[in-house]
Amino acid sequence: MTETRIERHHYDVVVIGAGGAGLRAAIEARLAGKKTAIISKSLFGKAHTVMAEGGAAAAMGNVNSRDNWQVHFRDTMRGGKFLNNFRMAELHAKEAPQRIWELETYGALFDRTKDGKISQRNFGGHEYPRLAHVGDRTGLELIRTLQQKIVSLQQEDKQEFGSYDARIRVFSETTITELLLDGDRVAGAFGYYRESGEFILFEAPAVVLATGGVGRSYKVTSNSWEYTGDGHALALRAGATLINMEFLQFHPTGMVWPPSVKGILVTESVRGDGGVLKNSEGKRFMFDYVPDVFRKQYAETEEEADRWYTDPDNNRRPPELLPRDEVARAINSEVKEGRGTPAGGVYLDIASRKSAEEIRRRLPSMYHQFKELADVDITKEPMEVGPTCHYVMGGVEVDPDSGAAYGTVRGLYAAGEVSGGMHGSNRLGGNSLSDLLVFGKRAGGHAATYTDQLTSRPAVSVAAVEAAVETALAPLQRDTGESPYQLQQDLQAVMGDLVGIIRREGELADAMRRLAELRERVAKVSAVGDRRYNPGWHLALDLRNMLVVSECTAMAALERQESRGGHTREDYPAMDPKWRRVNLVCSLDGDTVRLTHKPLPKMRPELIGLFDRAELAKYLTDEELAEFDALTEEANTDGK
Amino acid sequence: MGSKRQFRIWRGDETGGDLKDYTVEVNEGEVVLDVIHRLQATEAPDLACRWNCKAGKCGSCSMEINGKPRLGCMTRMSTFEESETVTVTPLRTFPVIRDLVTDVSFNYEKARETPAFAPPADVAPGDYRMQQVDVERSQEFRKCIECFLCQNVCHVIRDHEENKPAFSGPRFFIRAAELDMHPLDARTDRREYAQSDMGLGFCNITKCCTEVCPEHIKITDNGIIPMKERVVDRRYDPLVWLGNKIFRRGQVPQTSATSGHSSGAVTSGGAHGGAHAHSGGTHSHGGVHSHAGGSHDSAAERQAQQGVNWHREVPHPTAPAVDANGKLPLTELTFNRAAAPSPSGDDVTFPLPPEHLNFAHPQQDEPKH
Repeated sequence: MTETRIERHHYDVVVIGAGGAGLRAAIEARLAGKKTAIISKSLFGKAHTVMAEGGAAAAMGNVNSRDNWQVHFRDTMRGGKFLNNFRMAELHAKEAPQRIWELETYGALFDRTKDGKISQRNFGGHEYPRLAHVGDRTGLELIRTLQQKIVSLQQEDKQEFGSYDARIRVFSETTITELLLDGDRVAGAFGYYRESGEFILFEAPAVVLATGGVGRSYKVTSNSWEYTGDGHALALRAGATLINMEFLQFHPTGMVWPPSVKGILVTESVRGDGGVLKNSEGKRFMFDYVPDVFRKQYAETEEEADRWYTDPDNNRRPPELLPRDEVARAINSEVKEGRGTPAGGVYLDIASRKSAEEIRRRLPSMYHQFKELADVDITKEPMEVGPTCHYVMGGVEVDPDSGAAYGTVRGLYAAGEVSGGMHGSNRLGGNSLSDLLVFGKRAGGHAATYTDQLTSRPAVSVAAVEAAVETALAPLQRDTGESPYQLQQDLQAVMGDLVGIIRREGELADAMRRLAELRERVAKVSAVGDRRYNPGWHLALDLRNMLVVSECTAMAALERQESRGGHTREDYPAMDPKWRRVNLVCSLDGDTVRLTHKPLPKMRPELIGLFDRAELAKYLTDEELAEFDALTEEANTDGK
Repeated sequence: MGSKRQFRIWRGDETGGDLKDYTVEVNEGEVVLDVIHRLQATEAPDLACRWNCKAGKCGSCSMEINGKPRLGCMTRMSTFEESETVTVTPLRTFPVIRDLVTDVSFNYEKARETPAFAPPADVAPGDYRMQQVDVERSQEFRKCIECFLCQNVCHVIRDHEENKPAFSGPRFFIRAAELDMHPLDARTDRREYAQSDMGLGFCNITKCCTEVCPEHIKITDNGIIPMKERVVDRRYDPLVWLGNKIFRRGQVPQTSATSGHSSGAVTSGGAHGGAHAHSGGTHSHGGVHSHAGGSHDSAAERQAQQGVNWHREVPHPTAPAVDANGKLPLTELTFNRAAAPSPSGDDVTFPLPPEHLNFAHPQQDEPKH
């Protein structure tokens, strides 16, 4: 018997994660009448969603009335290089406008068009202006709005039941370390309060994972400390599966100097407004990196590129505006060939291109970001930038309509960055904020419905709780192991150096070996101090999640012998239509990650009919193209 | 390129603690939070500190650096002298949990007490129409990252635990202001609520909150003062009294001071044909201004009580001098100094000697039997 005190709670739905997806899921579960808990790793309202700048993509057609869900769907599939789960992309495109409008009824204040509607801005990969935004702090608006909606629901409950916490409660600074099962059904979740180190047990038949991404496994990342892949790992250990783990988005322009701001994003608009990339020799190098498929759309000389800013109709785009993955790769190879800046990046120069006044007017937040965080005046000197780990496309494999996790577990749901499939091999800017609203709502709603269908409540086993306590306390009881900070640094080095932007078979195999060594060391990690707000202990517990997720990424990256979106293999530089039909699925077999191939679901005829044959030819196998031709022929005959 | 720098960091918990000295390497371009992280990774792995985004966007790493409330991620080491010892302490207004982490639940309680956005009943989702110019005023307040530095620095609660129940603080005044200015919010009593239930009257606009705001929100000028201006025709407010004192001393015909007892019951303006006002201290729920009411010394309080002549006749309170629009003439612009004026008058110093404490009984003017 364990002597440890454990606080017990009973809920219908437990939502792990308090970012956009988690809060939206919790709102939905509470609206369905379920007693709902929200577990937040930090304070309420600090989740990583606040970092999103650009906006939320939704085909409302407020700025260009030609926009509709079909166009948005097409853009999303293209962006993901056709590896997306088509049904998720379809639902996302169809439902995003309603989710955005709904936010206004919660009190959100988006920027407006002249006729008073929600304004929409252009963004990479979106055919029409589509991103609802609030300056460049859209994520903050989103999280605050959802946070305030939850408060408003709590106020209703207070009136009805006398307590704010009657039906929806936020457990802030609380980390979940284990999901508890009853057979194959979710029975609850176990974790600890960060403040006190006291343990807490939630008995609940349904759990929604909304824990975000995995960026902390990389040294240069735009992600916060919370992004340790908790949800990915919890899902794996509960018997669920992960897909597309090889696809990570590296944003090409993160700050690399000074060290304090390493990884923080420099928005694409700097390049859109005339900023150019130069190497240490002062050369505008992007002209050397235009791939053949893009040759026709991009300028060949600096003169032509410069004319584009004022006359886009008669000139081709500057190569600085190539898709994110292309720019990231170009910067990466300049640095590798020794033409980088001292801090290991390249120069992004707008100072020599625009007047100081114009820079301050067009890019106020970037001006302030560099001024205040880095003491760099971007109107006078160039910025130092380099690729930064930004977003993981892969995640929990879910049923597209309900967000229910596949695999052997029931009662587990996932939404937002922790779920996989929606974005395929590469996410378009603006699609993540709308993703988390659309699928947050769906996951919360379906989790609620699932609890209705249960005939008996799953029970938490005492043995499982005792095991969870033991695992959680182990790092504190050992004093022979290594420091968690050292282990995290080593893990980051392996992932950054060997499973980074450009991948090679030999390096990936090496990464697998080193991760296996790290696994041994992480199992013996020790943390000094006691249980009260002890960051060393917290990191020690997060490490095993980061490790297993990194193993999935490395393994899938080694397996996929092609380059597509957020996965670039130097030894297989081209896209391969055969690989487009395959999802790599990770699961746990005991402690070991197992990788299997699974065919992608086939797009419905009316959806694939939205694309040109010429475009599809770039992605599909001959066999699939023949099928497509047969379909069009059939449609033509039917039409006659 | 790094150099060794001296740090003093408060270590401890609610039972007490101490400043501990650390010598730590600091590299070019680093901020205070980097140094904390280096300490965690080296000699103090259990040093507790909140942080998230490290880019001034989440408001988690609030702390007091050399006594100033700051975000750790926004305080560059280059702003200190090489030889300077940097002292880092937890936020003073909130109870310490451990090291630099404080219990900020006060703010979340106040957030829950602030009435939420009330959607207009007859507008369907998707049909909301607002002009950019109209949403911008509220958008300024929605920039708030909830770092709670304004709450921490506000002297109404900074050293006055006793004011906390009745005072929501600057963060929630701008929340009220934001909803008040929201073009489609269906509630019409945001200001009155701020005055009666959130303790807006406690604020004596010293602007400390504005000064520490990392988002540069003009909390006082754009949020609190407009809210105060709009409630003054109906209620007593220090600002009203002050405007009167400074600009029209003795020139204003006195209106009757009625018994607007400090119950918060006065709800509608105009019922008595004008504004009501009390003299300086009478409206207090006790400890109105921290500057004035800060004595925790019970002996001093006893002495103060003995020294007060509760039966002394005092001058009539005066109503504020308002302009043609019924608004106060006072603006921060016309005032002759940088900071906000003291609502008690600039010629008054604290603590007040007991014999100067006044009390105007509501019925003092009524004929005695």
